[in-house]
Amino acid sequence: MNPLASMISKRIMFGVLTLMAISLLIFVGVEALPGDLAEAILGQNATPETIQAFRTELKLDLPASERYFSWINDFVHGDLGHSLANGRPIAEVIGWRFANSLFLAVTTAVFAIPFAIMLGLLAAIYRDSWFDRLISITTLSAISLPEFFVAYILIALFSVQIPLFPCISTINDDMSFLTKLHAIFLPCLTLALVVIGHMMRMTRAAIINVLSSPFIEMARLKGISNRRIIIKHALPNALSPIINVVVLNLAYLVVGVVVVEVVFVYPGLGQLLVDAVSKRDLPVVQASGLIFAGTYVFLNLMADVLSMLSNPKLRNPR
Amino acid sequence: MLTLIKQSPLSAKIGMLIILINLGTVLLAPQIAPYGETELIGDVWAPMSAEHLLGTDQLGRDMFTRVLYGARNTISIALAIVFLSFGFGCSCGLLAATLGGWVDQLLGRVVDVVMAFPTLIFALMVLSVLGTSIPTLIFVIAILDSTRVFRVSRAVAMDIEVMDFVEVARLRGEGLWWIMCNEILPNALPPLIAEFGLRFCFVFLFISSLSFLGLGIQPPTADWGSMVRENAGAISFGIFSPMFPALAIAVLTIGVNLVVDWMLKRSSMLRA
Amino acid sequence: MIDVELLKRLFSEGKVSRREFIAQTAALGATAALSQSILATNVFAASSEPRRGGRLRIGLSGGSTTDTIDPAASNDMMNQVLINGQLGNCLVEIDHENKPIPELAESWDSSPDTKIWNFKLRKGVEFHNGKTMDADDVIYSINHHRGKDTKSPAKVLVDSIQEIKKEGKYSISFILKSANADFPFLLSDYHLVIVPTTSDFKDGIFSGGYILQKYEPGVRALATRNPNYFKSDRAFFDEVETLGINDVNARTNALKTGQIDVMNRCELKTVHLLKRMKGIEIIRQNGFKHYTFAMQCNTAPYNNNDVRLALKYGVDREQMLKTILRGYGSIGNDHPISSASRYFASELPQRQFDPDKAKFHLKKAGLTNTSFDFHTAEAAFVGAVDAAVIYKETAAKAGININVIREPNDGYWSNVWMKKPWCAVMWGGRPTEDMMFSTAYAADAAWNDTSWKNKRFNELLIAARAELDEPKRRAMYVEMQSIVRDDGGVVVPMFAADLAATSDKIGHGPVSVNWELDGFRAPERWWFKS
Repeated sequence: MNPLASMISKRIMFGVLTLMAISLLIFVGVEALPGDLAEAILGQNATPETIQAFRTELKLDLPASERYFSWINDFVHGDLGHSLANGRPIAEVIGWRFANSLFLAVTTAVFAIPFAIMLGLLAAIYRDSWFDRLISITTLSAISLPEFFVAYILIALFSVQIPLFPCISTINDDMSFLTKLHAIFLPCLTLALVVIGHMMRMTRAAIINVLSSPFIEMARLKGISNRRIIIKHALPNALSPIINVVVLNLAYLVVGVVVVEVVFVYPGLGQLLVDAVSKRDLPVVQASGLIFAGTYVFLNLMADVLSMLSNPKLRNPR
Repeated sequence: MLTLIKQSPLSAKIGMLIILINLGTVLLAPQIAPYGETELIGDVWAPMSAEHLLGTDQLGRDMFTRVLYGARNTISIALAIVFLSFGFGCSCGLLAATLGGWVDQLLGRVVDVVMAFPTLIFALMVLSVLGTSIPTLIFVIAILDSTRVFRVSRAVAMDIEVMDFVEVARLRGEGLWWIMCNEILPNALPPLIAEFGLRFCFVFLFISSLSFLGLGIQPPTADWGSMVRENAGAISFGIFSPMFPALAIAVLTIGVNLVVDWMLKRSSMLRA
Repeated sequence: MIDVELLKRLFSEGKVSRREFIAQTAALGATAALSQSILATNVFAASSEPRRGGRLRIGLSGGSTTDTIDPAASNDMMNQVLINGQLGNCLVEIDHENKPIPELAESWDSSPDTKIWNFKLRKGVEFHNGKTMDADDVIYSINHHRGKDTKSPAKVLVDSIQEIKKEGKYSISFILKSANADFPFLLSDYHLVIVPTTSDFKDGIFSGGYILQKYEPGVRALATRNPNYFKSDRAFFDEVETLGINDVNARTNALKTGQIDVMNRCELKTVHLLKRMKGIEIIRQNGFKHYTFAMQCNTAPYNNNDVRLALKYGVDREQMLKTILRGYGSIGNDHPISSASRYFASELPQRQFDPDKAKFHLKKAGLTNTSFDFHTAEAAFVGAVDAAVIYKETAAKAGININVIREPNDGYWSNVWMKKPWCAVMWGGRPTEDMMFSTAYAADAAWNDTSWKNKRFNELLIAARAELDEPKRRAMYVEMQSIVRDDGGVVVPMFAADLAATSDKIGHGPVSVNWELDGFRAPERWWFKS
């Protein structure tokens, strides 16, 4: 077998194994949450009788191992089970929210990634100029502020002072695509400010790192222009770390945006998971946890495969 | 050391100055602060004045005092977290790199698993199990952070591991501990210090996100992240007091990063 | 010089509380009867005449993705405003004077001993699926909360019913286990919504003024006006959109930028800024919600009434009201009955912060150097931790040493409340004195969180239920309030007002205080001004 293909398949195997380990960890972790659903849901209204009625209905009295294996089995067969709290099928509860999370992430990524890489390239080309410093300080400030603070500032500016965009982004199916885009403008901008900083800085650093290698020195001696060197020679060789940071940021955009979801009342997966944790809705916590982890593992896999493919040494084995 | 600082570019000097001022505040906050940390002294959100340099906050406490105490609490907690996560992450990372084999594999997989779960959600679940107190907070964030430190330190150490002088030491019959401390660590230091700076800044942001979700440092203790959060409602009414703690976070982050940038550059120059 | 007109205006704008209003008008020489009549008539309703049309958008805190449309599982604002304010009706409704008025019932009467209650049902009420309501539907709906397997929190309330009898197609009778003159109030409980017998309690089919079109728990609900609604003078909007917005800043911004028309639970620290904004009206309800510090009277040292009294004298209510509630509320008198209640004992002297008396009682108990562990968490109520810290500081002036223990929010109600000997508690509204006392102060109540057993109190509680003579009944409830005040296990430092904000396009009549947002009924009772 081609060594590249075997490396990739090995990597995929690892991904699957990691996912298995995660599923076990999630299950055990969730089991360890104190108190149980009945008490969390009924709250002050919980009396011994009402709690007992809840428990029996939800089969909370079965042993844990039994529940784990039936859960994994159902999950593999596409049945995510039912929410303990309100009995709805989890696939239905999670499905549209996951789609929303992806929508927000993809929209942000579509304009943030090219912009960040371009900025990074420009900063590397005009290294140590005022332009480089300006970008560096701006992006640093953007990533050093808490997300919710950036969000509140953007709301104060573009929603309260100048009413251009809505301050809550509760999108629903009755909206057209364009209305949806308009509604999620501010959360997208908030997230973009956060991720552009990281990606731009990493791009710049990676390019500058490659610039110190001997073959660039060679190209320079040949008299090739600085810009051409960076775009034709340095960029392809710096792709691997850039891909890595882009993928990490993508993963963050899908799974790490709880705070932005709360500020903009965006119906994504993060909010659901926080609610489910505080209400002890175990099947929902487990399912969305596994979906999050799956997304992360998948994106990491993509990053590895892409950097293997982008590496000339591996692409053209001797 | 002094010549090193003298040789540094202006940006790094500014960064160092910022860090020094902040460290000074950490040590001297109670002496400099005009009022008590939790003392209610005036109106809610009073504007800036001679008595209240930065105005007052949402409960009528002096904002300047709170920012000073905030530095003390935030920075010392962040330092505690970063030291803990580095102690743990680095030793595991260096160990994995030096020993290799199944230890490396095992640690690597465990870290993969922990990293695959979103940190914020993970912290949320763990903290809701253990309850939020400052020690648990420090411990939980340190453990979560140490996964990233592990990766970096392992990667750096792997690079050095294969170099000739390590091989020489090994052949000389030096012990594992000796090699780690005397050969690998000193050479891995610059990138690790850079990582230290970055982690340090992320810790504030992480704590502030947690306090946004109601799990961070508990009131009435002043910390910058929670202060931004508590005052955030005022921003859209055109009141600027939440800006100050946010500004403090931003300035310190920029300062630390200026120094980090310089160190990274130096280490890459040394290696080249 | 303040005059009645100015007071009326201040009151209508929510700048003066009901109690302040009564006190002030009395000071101006107006008789209590006059001030009551002003209160009862349209003080608030200078607004406008009701008008039909428009889409009402409400942004609410208190929604969760785990919600369901089942009335037996309803426990927070989003579902309450949806089920009780838009989709459904109970047999009995509570009006703005806190009186029970007929809703799906047409009228009721009781046997002289108030043990048997006959309810005549309204004829011609149509459910959203076209079925006409009759006695079977009512019995089916109430039974949802009775019986061994129900998980309804209303079980405690309907447990007092021995039997429900169908007397005719539109007539039923309730046979109670013991006498209860306030029984109609009980049927207004927000869980006891009437559904058709065909319903599984999850389909959203009710009889109310709006019909459910879309429902995503904790996120959004959309309902359109029910053209066949049996009340002709209610449900003025064409559509009602309910949005779950848990972040208070997001809610406030959404109201300011006109993305919603009504919000609940204003942030106490910014409400004064919001009030100054153009186009925004703040609605303040001084209702029944109160905070208590509950001591378990069967546990030392709280089994000693001198300790309880010392702790009651050691709290500075005024300061707590000012700092914790920023004045949006009123101080408590160590019993759970609000000044908005029918039988509020206005003649009882207000207990004040009194370090000397506190010292006296502490000394009498011989516990001068003891420290008292007080358990609290933000989950008890917003500001509960700050309240504990303030309590500690003021009590220290009376030589009382309080040790504040902060508990985790998570699991507070299951691990701390009713378990620790002294902790912070929040109680929501109960429309009658009897319901409040029976829920948390009767010797055998499941939620008697002070384990307080006072013989005289419990005799009065039973006797008052059956007493139909108003003055005698009032005297009984006043005595009960005084017993709780002087012997009970609770410090009741304050009653919290509910604060909602609306755009000034919203018109409304006098506002009920039994629950937030006009007793959950804003969508049914309010309208857009022209």
